[in-house]
Amino acid sequence: MKYFSLIFASLKRKKLRTMLTLLSIMIAFLLFGYLAAIKTGFTAGVEVAGVDRLITRNKVSLINLVPLAHRDDILQIDGVDLVTHNTWFGGIYQQPSNFFAQFVVEPEQYLELYPEYVLSDEEKESWFSNRTGVVIGSGLAKRFDWSVGDRVPLLAPIWGQKDGSENWEFEIAAIYEGAEQGVDTSQMFIPYDYFDEARRGGEGMVGWYLVRVSDPDRAAQIAEDIDRAFANSRDETKTEPEGAFIQGFANQIGNIGFIITAIVSAVFFTILLVAGNTMAYTVRERTNELAVLKAIGFTNTGVLGLVLGESLVLTAMGGGLGLLIAWLMVSAGDPTGGSLPVFFIPATDLALGVFLIVALAFVVGIFPARSAQKLQISDALRR
Amino acid sequence: MNENNTLVDVRGVDKVFKRGSEEIHVLGGLDLQIPDGEFLALMGPSGSGKSTLLNLVGGLDRPTQGSVTIGGQRIDDMSDRKLAGWRARHVGLVFQFYNLMPVLNARKNVELPLLLTKLSASERKKRAAIALEIVGLSHRLGHFPRQLSGGEQQRVGIARAIVTDPTLLLCDEPTGDLDRKAGDEILELLQALNRDQGKTIIMVTHDQLAANRASRTLHLDKGRLEREVTV
Repeated sequence: MKYFSLIFASLKRKKLRTMLTLLSIMIAFLLFGYLAAIKTGFTAGVEVAGVDRLITRNKVSLINLVPLAHRDDILQIDGVDLVTHNTWFGGIYQQPSNFFAQFVVEPEQYLELYPEYVLSDEEKESWFSNRTGVVIGSGLAKRFDWSVGDRVPLLAPIWGQKDGSENWEFEIAAIYEGAEQGVDTSQMFIPYDYFDEARRGGEGMVGWYLVRVSDPDRAAQIAEDIDRAFANSRDETKTEPEGAFIQGFANQIGNIGFIITAIVSAVFFTILLVAGNTMAYTVRERTNELAVLKAIGFTNTGVLGLVLGESLVLTAMGGGLGLLIAWLMVSAGDPTGGSLPVFFIPATDLALGVFLIVALAFVVGIFPARSAQKLQISDALRR
Repeated sequence: MNENNTLVDVRGVDKVFKRGSEEIHVLGGLDLQIPDGEFLALMGPSGSGKSTLLNLVGGLDRPTQGSVTIGGQRIDDMSDRKLAGWRARHVGLVFQFYNLMPVLNARKNVELPLLLTKLSASERKKRAAIALEIVGLSHRLGHFPRQLSGGEQQRVGIARAIVTDPTLLLCDEPTGDLDRKAGDEILELLQALNRDQGKTIIMVTHDQLAANRASRTLHLDKGRLEREVTV
């Protein structure tokens, strides 16, 4: 602690240069934190995907439907514990920019399969007994200021009704919470029975199956068994773990993780050069002072520690400030207005940020610190 | 301290610097004994080896050959770490260009050597204030080097040198960057430290008037002691 004043004083020597370097490091860590939240937004589903859940979809494409009749065949397969289905509804609330995900589900089975969507028993009953009732997440309710009992009109270009209308209206029967931070609370779940009765076209078809297996260790084998059961039929299937399915969905936009890692790596490499240059200059300019410190009794290791300390204080202040601003910005909410329903900086990324601060300090400081350590007092005092 | 009161004992010291393939012999077979409490001036032309000798006695450099013993301890064969600790405890250094930290005020500059001790912050502060009082700068504690005159900066340098109460005070051209008046004041201060506090002082100087303040003057030329004048 007693050396802190010396370290801070050294950093104040060239205030403008220190400020600019600090700013560069701050922006790098701000980007790191913010992009980590965006990455989480794209991959959150993968993180919370159940290891005991498989997705069975049409082999041709996700937009091709699968027959409802497959359900009983899937249930017959050894190791399958529960089967339900989802269908993408794709409704528009007032205008396309108000996008949010809507899935047609079988309420009871769906909630059994996804315990991470939390509803009380009363809320469940309320939903099950309401034919046109939907359940929405708390994030969605907050976004549009909806509450239980509100009626939500949706225009569904994919699914017209038998009367020719594309306008649907649902009543909010309950609002679910996520069991953990990464759970998407921006969705709407529509009951299948009402949807199937009212829709025009696609009767007897569903979007994809959600399969729970009794033994996650056998999931790969069961997936193969399911696909084999429908091989050479008109509606062949492709079954994969839920995590892989969601990852594939996200990858339709691009490999978000790779893109973000590439951006952050480029930024950090640049910052490494900027901060490294600053530290090298800082030490070179102070050759004489460092020699005096050694002359009055500071050890070689002590001087090495002082320079590394300066480097750490510089990166910790810049990096800490960057992460803090990123956290504040992320706390303000999803910048896309709904496309990234799960938007936060995970604790692991914050820990990685702290590790990067220390690593950056070391890499940036070690070379000038080593040259300060090796400085010969009598030579340096003559300069 | 050894029995005959010799504080500094330099025996058969050679110092050779290498510049590429060239070898420069700065000191050759030098012997020197300095009793405890002496104020010694080292004079000689540029390149005569006086600063090199000062560095060897202060443990800032090592001889190529020979031994340097201070207060009964051989310092030329100490490890770097041990030598740094020894310097912190036994040596105070005063430089021609003061070598103060421009970003620290007078008190914090004087406190620097105390950072290596186990003293508390308040005790460090107190001792730095006392050292500055001794050199007559108690009214300049919070001033930065750029706010002080050359003479005042050198006084801060001397306060930094004496704050740990060292055995030996090594001054390399302490008045070389000062006008006559300020230089005289610094020399008077060094004399007072020698006389009143018993500090052993070795001062390198080009100035005969400065050397006259010392109790003994040694003249070096080409790395050898040429003559000695005792007051």
